Amino acid sequence: MPKAKSDAKTGENAAETPGDEEDFALRSLQQAHAADRRYSASKEELLHFYEQMLLIRRFEEKAGQLYGLGLIGGFCHLYIGQEAVAVGLQSALKGGLDSVITGYRDHGHMLAYGIDPKIIMAELTGRHSGISKGKGGSMHMFSVEHKFYGGHGIVGAQVPLGAGLAFAHKYNEDGGVTVAYFGDGAANQGQVYESFNMASLWKLPIIFVVENNQYAMGTAVKRGSAETHFYRRGTAFRIPGMQVDGMDVLEVRKAAEIAIEHVRGGNGPVLMELSTYRYRGHSMSDPAKYRSREEVQGVREKRDPIEHAKAELIEMGVSEASLKDIDKQTRAKVAEAADFAENSPEPEMAELYTDVLVERY
Amino acid sequence: MAIELKMPALSPTMEEGKLAKWLVKEGDEVSSGDILAEIETDKATMEFEAVDEGTLGKILVPEGTEGVKVGTVIAMIAGEGEDASALEAPAEPEAKVEAQQVKPDVVQEKPADGGTGQLASEERAKVRDPEVPHGTNMKTSTVREALRDAMAEEMRRDERVFVMGEEVAEYQGAYKVTQGLLEEFGPKRVIDTPITEYGFAGIGTGAAMGGLRPIVEFMTFNFAMQAIDHIINSAAKTNYMSGGQMRCPVVFRGPNGAAARVGAQHSQNYGPWYAHVPGLVVIAPYDASDAKGLLKAAIRCEDPVVFLENELVYGRNFELPELDDHVLPIGKARIMREGADVTIVSYSIGVGIALEAAETLADEGIDAEIVDLRTLRPLDKETVLESLARTNRMVVVEEGFPVCSISSEIATICMEDGFDNLDAPVLRVCNEDVPLPYAANLEKAALVDADRVIEAVKKVCYR
Repeated sequence: MPKAKSDAKTGENAAETPGDEEDFALRSLQQAHAADRRYSASKEELLHFYEQMLLIRRFEEKAGQLYGLGLIGGFCHLYIGQEAVAVGLQSALKGGLDSVITGYRDHGHMLAYGIDPKIIMAELTGRHSGISKGKGGSMHMFSVEHKFYGGHGIVGAQVPLGAGLAFAHKYNEDGGVTVAYFGDGAANQGQVYESFNMASLWKLPIIFVVENNQYAMGTAVKRGSAETHFYRRGTAFRIPGMQVDGMDVLEVRKAAEIAIEHVRGGNGPVLMELSTYRYRGHSMSDPAKYRSREEVQGVREKRDPIEHAKAELIEMGVSEASLKDIDKQTRAKVAEAADFAENSPEPEMAELYTDVLVERY
Repeated sequence: MAIELKMPALSPTMEEGKLAKWLVKEGDEVSSGDILAEIETDKATMEFEAVDEGTLGKILVPEGTEGVKVGTVIAMIAGEGEDASALEAPAEPEAKVEAQQVKPDVVQEKPADGGTGQLASEERAKVRDPEVPHGTNMKTSTVREALRDAMAEEMRRDERVFVMGEEVAEYQGAYKVTQGLLEEFGPKRVIDTPITEYGFAGIGTGAAMGGLRPIVEFMTFNFAMQAIDHIINSAAKTNYMSGGQMRCPVVFRGPNGAAARVGAQHSQNYGPWYAHVPGLVVIAPYDASDAKGLLKAAIRCEDPVVFLENELVYGRNFELPELDDHVLPIGKARIMREGADVTIVSYSIGVGIALEAAETLADEGIDAEIVDLRTLRPLDKETVLESLARTNRMVVVEEGFPVCSISSEIATICMEDGFDNLDAPVLRVCNEDVPLPYAANLEKAALVDADRVIEAVKKVCYR
């Protein structure tokens, strides 16, 4: 099994001899990343990452299936192919302290936080036991308990909201950081740069994460972006960038540690670009005719994050049989979630009117 | 166990489709992610992927079949250790879609427990302004000072409260509403932002989600148009979308409505825009006492509040009770002047115009009651309807466009719930339905004034 490779490793993008000190500061994290790319995980750690990624993959496949059966409606954006990003990044965060916010492709980020797949699936099927009582749906899920702040449907809106969460961390002096995920498509929204400016100006503890899955719905990155190296887009705001292979969970984890150390140290924001790929369409109703079947198949065969981790685990001495067991258990867990989601009751009619406002006036 | 492959719904509206092409054949090993077939919907040709692993048994619907209903079993997959060739079609092919149909449930008669269902409950209709204790000293205050004091008092009371916006700190506020706050509370809590409304409205909203109590000042609400997405999509809807899990206690405040001679882009009343949106509280006070008491309530409130001030009123002087903690109830209108012949409903700067008109009308023997709505959402229907029941005539005065306005809403409420009390049609007195012009004479002609109110009142009184 080949190790995952990304453009990041070519000499072109590695930090070169710094011109002046400021220039160096902007490149320093990329340099640190280039010098030490991969996290050295123990067998147990890698197994855990593998299980989490597999859970996301199987969960999303099941969600796709339930959508096909009409049990999930509306928009449903699957995370298949991008699993290593959420799992690698969030494994490096301090649970219960740090905050996470993302857009509408949000199932994976919740599962990576260990949130019960049953209540996530029940939200997808619009049931009362769903995490938002069935009133949010696929795109609008939150877990204040896990400091997971959504689940936002307007492309790019989560970026200033994330900066606001980081503002609260700084204001409260609690030592927490925020990870704000957005896609290569959202990266062209103006509010993203408004947020970059203020986050850098006020040294907010935030990591901006571009999940570059190569397509903004149907528009390939190079058709929509003048600067396709998204990690460079913070330069105008003095935000150091990092380009990371988002298909390798151990590379993601290591890069996250470098970024978090910088941000938690009070040095202001970091912009990470994670090169990744979504195997499915933008949403369930996207036929994905803007790319060839060979392209998708090529990524699946050469760069798949789960297959990659699996090969490494086997190298580490984990037996194929035990990996098969994990797959079986994961499928069972997902099947249980689907059963729960299918059999839970819909919200009561009275719920139509609750939660509009918190207080009574 | 054999697994049935069913015709998938590939869009929210798909009911049937054409099985265009099988990309696998009977006996093929399939694993999750493999593309099994191409399916044509009314909109596009979609690929159908395998989720389960196994061997493809029987293909039950051959390629080229049109009009295959969603949910029809199209093939069977044999699991591990099963003989794929022995698989048979299910005895009763389920052609029925299990999709959730929208059921025409009977909406229960009793109002729901909570949410908007409760907004008009009788219990709360009884809430009135707290009594000002006898002997309380009254001081004269401008609206500007009252707003500043409200913020300062709440910042002293609650560490989580901070104010952000353009020129709020070192410049002391573009309209001097935040004067002195930087000196008392320092730059951590009084924050100058760059000119970037969308961005800082989002940051303020996010900070509220993160547990703080932000006051976001817009230099004027005209500029909040750049930020309206965060006010509506991020702030107003989150509590509902999260099933009540995530609150957003933020106050967006600043001057609203026409100023003087600043042209069309800087002169607009956004009251009706925000009042349209469930999940927001919208307040538009007139005098200093309401400005202070309601801003304090807004800052303490757990819901997102749009607090609409008026530049032309900032400098006006009013009586204000000197109390330690002057907080007024949100969602309650106020009778500004009692009268028996006609009700004039208004809010914000319109209340001043209504009061001016009432003086003149009194001289002509018409005794007008004036209702100041103060809160535009949730709207205090009871006070409006009770007043109508006393006077049987109503004029609504609004410094803003007439179409789809607060006035339209009040007129509708009177039609729906007060029809039997109406002795004349409800009339609206609004600005002209044009962008506000610059030329002094045209501007004057476009804005509401007391003369027009008097004319309308006489009309509903048939005088």
